[in-house]
Amino acid sequence: MDSLNLAPAYSEIILAVGALALLMLGVFKGDKSTRLVSWLSVFLMVLCVFIIASLPDGRSFSFGNMFVTDGFTSFMKILILIASGAAIAMSISFFEQENAGKFELPIIMTLATVGMLVMVSANDLMTLYMGLELQSLSLYVLAAFRRGSTRSTEAGLKYFILGALSSGMLLYGSSLIYGFIGTMNFTAIAGVLSHTGEHGPSIGVVIGLVFILSGLAFKISAVPFHMWTPDVYEGAPTPITSFFAVAPKIAALALLLRVIEVPFGTMEASWSQIIFFMSILSMILGSVAAIMQFNIKRLMAYSSIGHIGFALMAMASGSELGVSGILYYMSIYLVTNVGVFSCIMGMRRKDGMTENINDLAGLAKSRPAMAAAIALFMLSLAGIPPLVGFYAKFYVIGAAVAEGHYVLSVIAFMASVIGAFYYLRIIKIMYFDEGEPDFIAQKSLLMRSVAFVSAAGVIFMGFPQISAPLKEAASLAAKALLS
Amino acid sequence: MQITLFHYLTVAAMLFTLGVFGIFLNRKNVITIMLSIELILLGVNINLVAFSSHLGDMTGQVFSLFILTVAAAEAAIGLAILVVYFRNRGSIAIDDASGMKG
Repeated sequence: MDSLNLAPAYSEIILAVGALALLMLGVFKGDKSTRLVSWLSVFLMVLCVFIIASLPDGRSFSFGNMFVTDGFTSFMKILILIASGAAIAMSISFFEQENAGKFELPIIMTLATVGMLVMVSANDLMTLYMGLELQSLSLYVLAAFRRGSTRSTEAGLKYFILGALSSGMLLYGSSLIYGFIGTMNFTAIAGVLSHTGEHGPSIGVVIGLVFILSGLAFKISAVPFHMWTPDVYEGAPTPITSFFAVAPKIAALALLLRVIEVPFGTMEASWSQIIFFMSILSMILGSVAAIMQFNIKRLMAYSSIGHIGFALMAMASGSELGVSGILYYMSIYLVTNVGVFSCIMGMRRKDGMTENINDLAGLAKSRPAMAAAIALFMLSLAGIPPLVGFYAKFYVIGAAVAEGHYVLSVIAFMASVIGAFYYLRIIKIMYFDEGEPDFIAQKSLLMRSVAFVSAAGVIFMGFPQISAPLKEAASLAAKALLS
Repeated sequence: MQITLFHYLTVAAMLFTLGVFGIFLNRKNVITIMLSIELILLGVNINLVAFSSHLGDMTGQVFSLFILTVAAAEAAIGLAILVVYFRNRGSIAIDDASGMKG
């Protein structure tokens, strides 16, 4: 028996132990320690980014081949840690303005992040399940975090029921895979499947794979498994929505990528059709259903469904170009969404938060900087050059075209044109509609700087000086996954 | 009659299907949904243990122990959410959980 090699899992161990230590700190000092606990958990995440960046190149396994780290996991984990850190930092000032700060919030978010990191590194169906459940259970609690609010608890309840159903489907698929292949390890499954002969894998394996894919599609909210997304986005408190919108999506996409590329890489004929149809449906629903929405968080939910559709489009091609396209797309999605939510958290009146986009009317006159930032983010989400969202879409459509998925790319063009309508409508409301939004000025320096940095990212990340190294890193990570 | 792997898999598939239908067809009560979720997980456990004994491999049984543990945590969190929901709403009927639509 080989000795336990913990080095690849240092970041997860530090985050998990740190979260428990912070829990003790919070319990002993009470809610007045919220600020300290939050900043300490942000610090832990920054520390983990450095630990992950300093991991040696190449692939290493630990915990009996159940846990893997390589260039791909490092890339995804760094994105997740940035997203979680930003969400925790933004939640500090948001809940302080509401006088509703609770020290449990950063701790549960940290535990959810541990779950996501484990998901990304999973190399076994068991690790996959444990990571996914640690993440999901924390997210159910987060959705219902505002205990006194009907909407928040209703969001938590809906998320819990559909999330538990999706975990059940994923588990049923895992049990079929285990029974028909005889192992749960991803590397071993790939080995067995590469010797299936001319008949291909048995029907049990295909059914198992379909169950696993539908379970994971729930987590990334791809159509037809998206029903929970708008309700949970609307009901959860805004900083938690901003957390939901980015980090869990990146983690579940990373997991989906590893599942289809590593253990089931030889079964491309089975999964590529599923991914193909989920991609088409998500892009169409994401752009059409958002037109009727007037709640900005609901609108962002449909927008995220559409963006997942674009990422899946690159996944349907299954090539290295496609994988690196997804990684590039998700890093840009991260920057834009963090920026949008930092602005949504600024929609605060004297009598509380507002989420109706019609309340933004006339914002260009009363708060020109905020209106300009929202306009930038919306144009980037719509994919208008020279903003960075254009390059993201360009890259994934390019990957689909290179693989001969012409139908997908035509639908993607149409979806992004239709989707541009509701993004541009927000700009029209802010700049051309009459109104006097009495938003309280955003006092928090942190929130303003997050918005400023994201806006700068949206403008400058398209420049070759920044986008070339990012694309380089994405394609190295894609190579590491597929090698 | 000899009880084979096939019989175990049939029972597990029936439990799983009952659980899924229990979630979608039930229009009354959230507690029933929680029971259905447990039914799904237990169906999976039967599957895993049957496969594990059939293959002569322990991994499936270890996994089923993990699933039992996580199912307990899941039930605890689900019931906790249900309690706060009930405090706000005064009802746990499913048709009432429609504050958000669109």
